[in-house]
Amino acid sequence: MTSPFFMAFLPELVLLTGGLALFFVTLGEGLARRARWIATATALVALAAAVAGLGQKAVLFSGAYRVDLFSQVLKVVLTAGFTAVLGLSARLPDIRQRIQPEYFLFLTLSVTGLVLLVSCVDVVALVIALELSSFPLYLMVPMRREREGQRSQMESAVKYIMFGVAANGVMLFGLSYLFGLTGTTSLPVMAAQLGPIVQSPLVVLGLALSFCGLYYKLAIFPFHFWTPDVYQGASNETAGLIATLPKIGAVAVLVRLVSLATPQHGTIALLLSCLAVGSMLFGNLLALGQTDFKRLLGFSGVAHAGYAVVGFVALSGAGFAAAMYYMTGYVLMVLACFVVISRVSRDGMNVAVADLAGLHRRSPLLAATLIVGVFGLAGIPPFVGFFGKLSLLTAALAGGHLVLVVITMINAAIAVYYYLRVVREAVFGDPVADAPVLALDLSTRVLCVVLIVAIVALGVAPGLMMDTLSQALTAINLPLAAS
Amino acid sequence: MTTPSFTLLGLPILSVLIFSPLVAAAGALLIGSERLLRVWALVCTTVVAALSLPLWCRFNPETADFQFREQVAWIPFLKIDYALGVDGISLLLVLLTTLILPLCVLASWTYIKTRIKEFFICLLVMESAMIGVFCARDAILFFVFWEAMLIPMAVLIGVWGGPRRLYASLKFFIYTMAGSVFLLVALIALRLKTGSFDLGSMVGQQFSPVFQFWVFAAFFLSFAIKVPMFPFHTWLPAAHVEAPTAGSVILASVLLKMGTYGFLRFCLPITPHATLTLAPWMLALSVIGILYGGLTALAQNDLKKLVAYSSVGHMGFATLGIFSLNTQGVEGAVLVMINHGVTTGALFICVGVLYERLHTRELSAVAGVGRVMPVFTGFLGVFCLSSLAFPGTNSFIGEFLVLAGSFAHSKLVTICVVPGVVLAAAYMLRVLQRVAFGGTQNPVHEGLRDLGWREVITLTPLLVAVLWIGLHPQPVVGVLHATVRNLLLQVGPLLP
Repeated sequence: MTSPFFMAFLPELVLLTGGLALFFVTLGEGLARRARWIATATALVALAAAVAGLGQKAVLFSGAYRVDLFSQVLKVVLTAGFTAVLGLSARLPDIRQRIQPEYFLFLTLSVTGLVLLVSCVDVVALVIALELSSFPLYLMVPMRREREGQRSQMESAVKYIMFGVAANGVMLFGLSYLFGLTGTTSLPVMAAQLGPIVQSPLVVLGLALSFCGLYYKLAIFPFHFWTPDVYQGASNETAGLIATLPKIGAVAVLVRLVSLATPQHGTIALLLSCLAVGSMLFGNLLALGQTDFKRLLGFSGVAHAGYAVVGFVALSGAGFAAAMYYMTGYVLMVLACFVVISRVSRDGMNVAVADLAGLHRRSPLLAATLIVGVFGLAGIPPFVGFFGKLSLLTAALAGGHLVLVVITMINAAIAVYYYLRVVREAVFGDPVADAPVLALDLSTRVLCVVLIVAIVALGVAPGLMMDTLSQALTAINLPLAAS
Repeated sequence: MTTPSFTLLGLPILSVLIFSPLVAAAGALLIGSERLLRVWALVCTTVVAALSLPLWCRFNPETADFQFREQVAWIPFLKIDYALGVDGISLLLVLLTTLILPLCVLASWTYIKTRIKEFFICLLVMESAMIGVFCARDAILFFVFWEAMLIPMAVLIGVWGGPRRLYASLKFFIYTMAGSVFLLVALIALRLKTGSFDLGSMVGQQFSPVFQFWVFAAFFLSFAIKVPMFPFHTWLPAAHVEAPTAGSVILASVLLKMGTYGFLRFCLPITPHATLTLAPWMLALSVIGILYGGLTALAQNDLKKLVAYSSVGHMGFATLGIFSLNTQGVEGAVLVMINHGVTTGALFICVGVLYERLHTRELSAVAGVGRVMPVFTGFLGVFCLSSLAFPGTNSFIGEFLVLAGSFAHSKLVTICVVPGVVLAAAYMLRVLQRVAFGGTQNPVHEGLRDLGWREVITLTPLLVAVLWIGLHPQPVVGVLHATVRNLLLQVGPLLP
């Protein structure tokens, strides 16, 4: 083991060590606080390691694992998101104290899976990392406390697992086609071999099926059916995790897989367009009628996944960069919403849109966080959501997809309505009589301010992030020179 | 030929104007006392107004170039620049904005009683965004400022407004948002054709007629909602009636101008062919707007609604002038925009004054206050006369130019508009007659205070503007000549 290996693999090592430590903690009793402490320390160290490892380039594990700018940027995003999710989970009112160490263990393992995922360039490693990121989530959903005898968390968990396993099965089936056609599991080799035969129906079929597992993670119509139920059934903090970080991982892998197809590939573009339109329309129209805030975010998440796919339709580097940028922004904005949900929630219960009434009086900072998050999601400048949409649309229009762009903008206009409903409650409404003033602890306040600043800063100055992403994407499937 | 850019303490003046209200808003966050907040808002807006005066002095009216230019790469990835500059049209609108804002603060002095800090922060953020819209020379920068106004304006209406404020606020937001989504698509399409978001580079391109048509359609939807042109005006009465006085003033004086400004800045120079083809339709909509606004205003009993519908009529004159596509028409249109800002802003302040005292805006309930409020009635009288374009007041010059322009363009259109002028006289004289000489001895009116010194200070600058532009319009028209001539040259080769 040489030192370059350590540096290149450091974030993963930190997360794995943290996971191992948490495993030992779970063997004891009443160690919830210690588990939270270890998880937070792991997240912070992993974040520092990821930032330190930004410039690393390496190919590890016989070419199955690739450390490049693309993966390292995403690792920073993922570990930062991990830290934020832990800040969100400062109190876990809906998870029994006795199983909280396990909760933190699964949380850390899931993030480990995602961090591994963004570096995998071998389909077998990729599937394993995907499973590692998924299975802990399957377990975290039913960890919610039992309420009202409905066992709704169990229902959600079963839905989540069944859909997940089915989608992964389809994905494996598709990958088997690609393997059969090329005789390799390595993505760069596969890309080179698929080049000449990329128009053949078998390749299209293989690619289309392989995407399914990722559509499921991203909650793209028609693979989204689990989304609203899982958001509603899982505890607020778990839903906050499920809604955010896995989507970054999924978009990253989707970038790697979609770039197997050439820009001239009409069939794949058409397929992606249909999925994008379906997701946007379905998500937005169903979100209009939701009363539960988490379900609303769930359906809006379906729509936002559709927006991200608009970036893929162009099959160009600019489009992929736009999609990654959009998803990063999306994660920030949704986290802002979930901070509000988790703090407004009484004893971990679900939050209806009406429960937000008069939030500005109960806690101005939370109201500001919510407004920034929601207007960001609605795509109003100067927040990150606007520039995300702008770059997505520019990429799609440059690819000649005018109809798709117009449909996207119509959807953005529809979406404004339900986002405004949320703002209306929070800003213009009056609190119900017995609603207490919400006192925020320091970590929540810091988290709120950091999220607001990040959403505005990424919106006002997107240059650095976009340049890095597009630079990272140019060499994504090329052989790495220095290794 | 470019004018050397003018700086304040080494800072470019347009950026200073755009960002100083934002800094003032941040400063307001730190202030606790309500009284101090009011003073702070007044001082800051007055300082911004004072800072904008050098623009007027240093502006070179001989050239149609954009002046006080600034340009920095902002988002190189998408080729978006932070580019600012003003020509004659934007100069006047920037000045209108900066000068009207201190009056808005004064008009809200006692009107706003709750959440004063948030109110003034909204007002200051609005000011930044409004100045930004008029100065932006980059399409996306323009769009960002354009959309950035939505949130504070919706909050102004939704929090401090009347009983149906939520409805009005959401209607305003959704209408404007629905319009602007297609604006964005059009801007992206233009960027892909020209290679940058720079507004200057979009001018003078020979786009295909079909492309121009669709871009014009997207522009039209967005700007017509903002103006508002018939039939997109239905958000306006709701928003005006529910908004607090300062909100109504900003809405009428500045926000509506953005629609007509958009027509001048985007439609005419970027899509000249479509403009020419579709001008008859625009003229028709303008005429309908003038007549419809006048007739509806005549039937109103709520003073704010009346003034709101009169705005639909006045803005119809502005679009009529723009799409007459000749020098008189366009210059008249810009004058109408400025005059409407001055006069209608003043009328909304007057209605606010009455509302603060009587808590009603019903014409029947305020009839006869002239007996107890002579000073107020004096001011109201001048503004009403100005609103009906009485000779000697500002609106006369504007509407006269517009009518002269439209007469040169089409006699039929001008003849159709004439009833609109009469209608304006009818509804405004009706207001004046009822308020001043209502003849009733309404006991509620006993002991009504006449205007205090603060209210006199609020209204006097507007009165001065009404008479100054009315009697000596040359300086204002003077800064427009070169700009308008250049603008029409850009449509020009195609003009009949």
